[in-house]
Amino acid sequence: MAFATFSEFLNMGGHGLYVWLSYGLGFLTIALCLYVPIIQGRASRKTLRRRIMRDGDPS
Amino acid sequence: MASKWLPRWFFQLASPRWCYDFTGKLIPWFAVVGGLLLAVGIVWGLLFAPSDYQQGNSFRIIYLHVPAAILAQSLYMLMAIAGAIGLIWKMKVADMVAKSVAPIGAAIAILALATGAIWGKPTWGSWWVWDARLTSMLVLLFLYLGVIALNSAIENEKTAAQSTSVLSLVGLVNIPIIKYSVEWWNTLHQPATFTLTEKPAMPAEMWMPLLVMVIATYIVFGLAIILRLRNEILVRERRSSWVKALLTR
Repeated sequence: MAFATFSEFLNMGGHGLYVWLSYGLGFLTIALCLYVPIIQGRASRKTLRRRIMRDGDPS
Repeated sequence: MASKWLPRWFFQLASPRWCYDFTGKLIPWFAVVGGLLLAVGIVWGLLFAPSDYQQGNSFRIIYLHVPAAILAQSLYMLMAIAGAIGLIWKMKVADMVAKSVAPIGAAIAILALATGAIWGKPTWGSWWVWDARLTSMLVLLFLYLGVIALNSAIENEKTAAQSTSVLSLVGLVNIPIIKYSVEWWNTLHQPATFTLTEKPAMPAEMWMPLLVMVIATYIVFGLAIILRLRNEILVRERRSSWVKALLTR
């Protein structure tokens, strides 16, 4: 391992802010890119289903 | 047109329903393999890879920055090629792929630029320089945003697809500019680590986790595109009987 202690790991040799900001952005990007289409998909399927059930036409 | 020398699967791809079914099967594989590789790559890069003797631990940002930058360019090419296929063969699915890629590509381009800027601060002392590579990556982001904006500005889906395809294709010239910028101009950004013909300019303990991260991000963001594509297919094909049956099951 490149770090002897956990606090050394967090500190990243003084570059902690930069490294953790970057990885934070990375996680955020991945999470949003996966989460948003899942939520949008659920919402649009719900709307379409409702329209089909109501008047047979999903437009 | 070219139906004699194009394989059958090419035209099979054109069926939104086939595409929906096929991508549905891919999702669990992409999710598991992508998630696994991402975890391995990040743990390896953050904990086990050695730090750089000059840059110290800020070097670890490479494990996000380089995959994001590579992917931002690859996705742009995918978007342009899908757009071209939609233009030439009038394939709806190709247009849907291009539309699905654009926001993901933009997000990744932002990530690449942001991680690059954050890395630049401790390394070069500056968040931004107008060197050839950074500027051309910024142009890439503007092209993505332009495609997204153009698509939402045009009401008719077919016209929107045609216009954005043309825009994507015109912007394709930016890709070789990004790639060769570090060779053609005197740039601050360093030249390529990986080439097809030479040994990497980096020891194995450093580039192996990078390779894992590149593959992981391809899969994870590929999954994101698949999810968007499936939504797009359901909405656009909502009047067809298979979608109605699917939604009311």
